[in-house]
Amino acid sequence: MSQSLLIQNGTVLDPSRVFEHRMDVLICDGKIAAVGNNLPAADRVIDAQGCYVTPGLIDIHVHFREPGDEEEETIASGAAAAVAGGFTSVCCMPNTDPPLDNEGQIEFVLREAQTVALANVYPVGAISKGRQGKELAEIGSMLARGAIAFSDDGIGVADAAVMRKALQYARMFDAVLMQHCEEPSLCGGAMHGGIVSTTLGLAGIPAEAEQLMIARDLLLNRTIGCRYHVQHISTARSVGLVREAKAAGQRVTVEAAPHHLLLTDECCRTYDTNFKMSPPLRTAVDVSACIEGVRDGTIDCLATDHAPHRNEEKELEFAYAPCGIIGLECALPLYIKALVEPGHIPWIKLIELMTWRPAQVVKLDKGTLQDGADADITIIDPNLQWTIDPEKFLSKSRNCPFKGWEVKGRAVATIVGGEVKWQLKGQG
Amino acid sequence: MAHKTQRWTRKHLLGLEHLSADEIRIVLDTANSFKEVSTRSVKKVPALRGHVVVNVFFEDSTRTRTSFGLAAQRLSADVIDFSEKGSSVSKGETLIDTARNIEAMGIDIIVLRHPAAGAADLLSRSVKCSVVNAGDGAHEHPTQGLLDLYTIRERFGKIEGLKVAIVGDIVNSRVARSNLWGLTKLGAEVILVGPPTLLPRSFETMGARVVHNFEEVIGEVDVINMLRVQFERIKSSQFPSVREFTHLFGLTSERMQRCKKDVFVMHPGPMNRGIEISSQIADGPHSGILTQVTNGLAVRMAALYLVSHVSS
Repeated sequence: MSQSLLIQNGTVLDPSRVFEHRMDVLICDGKIAAVGNNLPAADRVIDAQGCYVTPGLIDIHVHFREPGDEEEETIASGAAAAVAGGFTSVCCMPNTDPPLDNEGQIEFVLREAQTVALANVYPVGAISKGRQGKELAEIGSMLARGAIAFSDDGIGVADAAVMRKALQYARMFDAVLMQHCEEPSLCGGAMHGGIVSTTLGLAGIPAEAEQLMIARDLLLNRTIGCRYHVQHISTARSVGLVREAKAAGQRVTVEAAPHHLLLTDECCRTYDTNFKMSPPLRTAVDVSACIEGVRDGTIDCLATDHAPHRNEEKELEFAYAPCGIIGLECALPLYIKALVEPGHIPWIKLIELMTWRPAQVVKLDKGTLQDGADADITIIDPNLQWTIDPEKFLSKSRNCPFKGWEVKGRAVATIVGGEVKWQLKGQG
Repeated sequence: MAHKTQRWTRKHLLGLEHLSADEIRIVLDTANSFKEVSTRSVKKVPALRGHVVVNVFFEDSTRTRTSFGLAAQRLSADVIDFSEKGSSVSKGETLIDTARNIEAMGIDIIVLRHPAAGAADLLSRSVKCSVVNAGDGAHEHPTQGLLDLYTIRERFGKIEGLKVAIVGDIVNSRVARSNLWGLTKLGAEVILVGPPTLLPRSFETMGARVVHNFEEVIGEVDVINMLRVQFERIKSSQFPSVREFTHLFGLTSERMQRCKKDVFVMHPGPMNRGIEISSQIADGPHSGILTQVTNGLAVRMAALYLVSHVSS
């Protein structure tokens, strides 16, 4: 049936046991059979000379747009983009059309992903019916059918009473609630509210929009103790709020996105809508605080918020264009640039934040290279220099503000369940 | 004039933020030479003969469109009006497509008025012809800013060293932003006056002094530029009532008593008489409001002339 595969001569980084050694990895029947030296021969050998061999990267925040907006992305194209970026597992958000708010939709995503058979795709179910923020969706049924977490992403659950009930209800299953933290009454703007928005004459979204909802949810959850996750954190005070809550022993996890560690609202000065996202790009102070949050462990994991949009949707007046950018195929080198190259964190920490930690956040039994684990593996060439060119991406969309960036480091092979699902041309 | 146009290199006029003081002076000096044209019996020069100017207006505007239309005609250009209420998106065509369609008819200059900030920037990147911004959302209204500068310079003989108050709904005003950039570049001090809900402190980083109490500065300013009150701001709680606005920020006769004797009063129009400005003042000896409109024509002639004489 499944072939055995030997990955030779690489440096194995396994954050699940803080492990960094020149070793080989043997895969049999889709599982890690052994990590060591002088391993037995296999049907196929991959030479990972000069590369890191890491657990498969996990992105707990992507948008695959199916069903509803298949022109922007499908589960097939999204999964292809994932493996091309080194991601073996992704969690897709429920703001599709119709939304993933019932077990039938969860079933649909899982079946599609199985047919596509590239990355593992785990659907996130909606917290509320129709993502309307009014009535709870069938969290229990969706969970039983395979929903990995719950979120109304795209918008936050605005009503405090509904959110309180969601936290109480999800706690019953120990399910993860992910919140898009933005108080809607403060979200009428097109970009971060500050000096740049004032200059450009664009309505601003104040940093308090995010902070208010995080603070409220942390208060609500203090006695409930649900697994509460803050999506795409973007402001300095938000990081502070979570840091304080963690110190007080609260159950809260946080993710960051590459753009909030690399870009500021200054980028919006040309009205380029590839710099329009939700939450918006903030100030340099916020970027520094988010990086500090990664350094000190306040931020648990690194995601992408991969949000595809057609060119014709983005080529509009700034206020009218939709929010979001794609991220799967450039997130790894961007995180290297933001965190490793300046010396904020070492490689092993980066890999931990992209594998072991996100797996823990969503309770996924992955993100490790220990014997017997699923053979989801990413081989990364840390020295490969390349230029980001969205035209070459496997994603269906091209909305990427990092076009033309010179970066270093790239996934050269992506292995899912023991099978090589993607290899960079000219490698292996 | 010829030696000056050599220094004008911009194909588009999108705003005053990125113009240098010298570039602003070129427009004002060019306008000066065009102002005389309006006094002739034959009010026309052949400067843009054979050129086509299209007024593309996605917002209601009477004076700006008329002023641009007349300016183009006095330069002997052919002028076409294209008006669409609301955004082009609402009828399913993007701004870029609309503009490219118009451009395909052989157009030299698009004059764009649009409710979204940045629309003129977007357009200038998408078409080959020149783009003149006639107001984009709350961003900029460069020809209004230039005509205000022209009018102030004409009145005082200079701009440097003057104190100019701009009063009212600053945050939503493209006129305020264009005036602020232009005036500070030419050496004036700009004092913005309004409630914090309509005037965030972040304007200080653009070089303005931010004041919430009109009385504090009314006696020291040389120019008062009163902005139009937008009634819909009450619904969004940016101020509670017209009555209270007038009480705090209106240019009333009573308040006028405390102004400098030679204070110059301006308004970009259309005015709400009795609200932001009393009729007595608007029609009185300190008012430059109709002069602004007259000068607007010359400034727009200068703008159209300058951008059309830059080869791409």
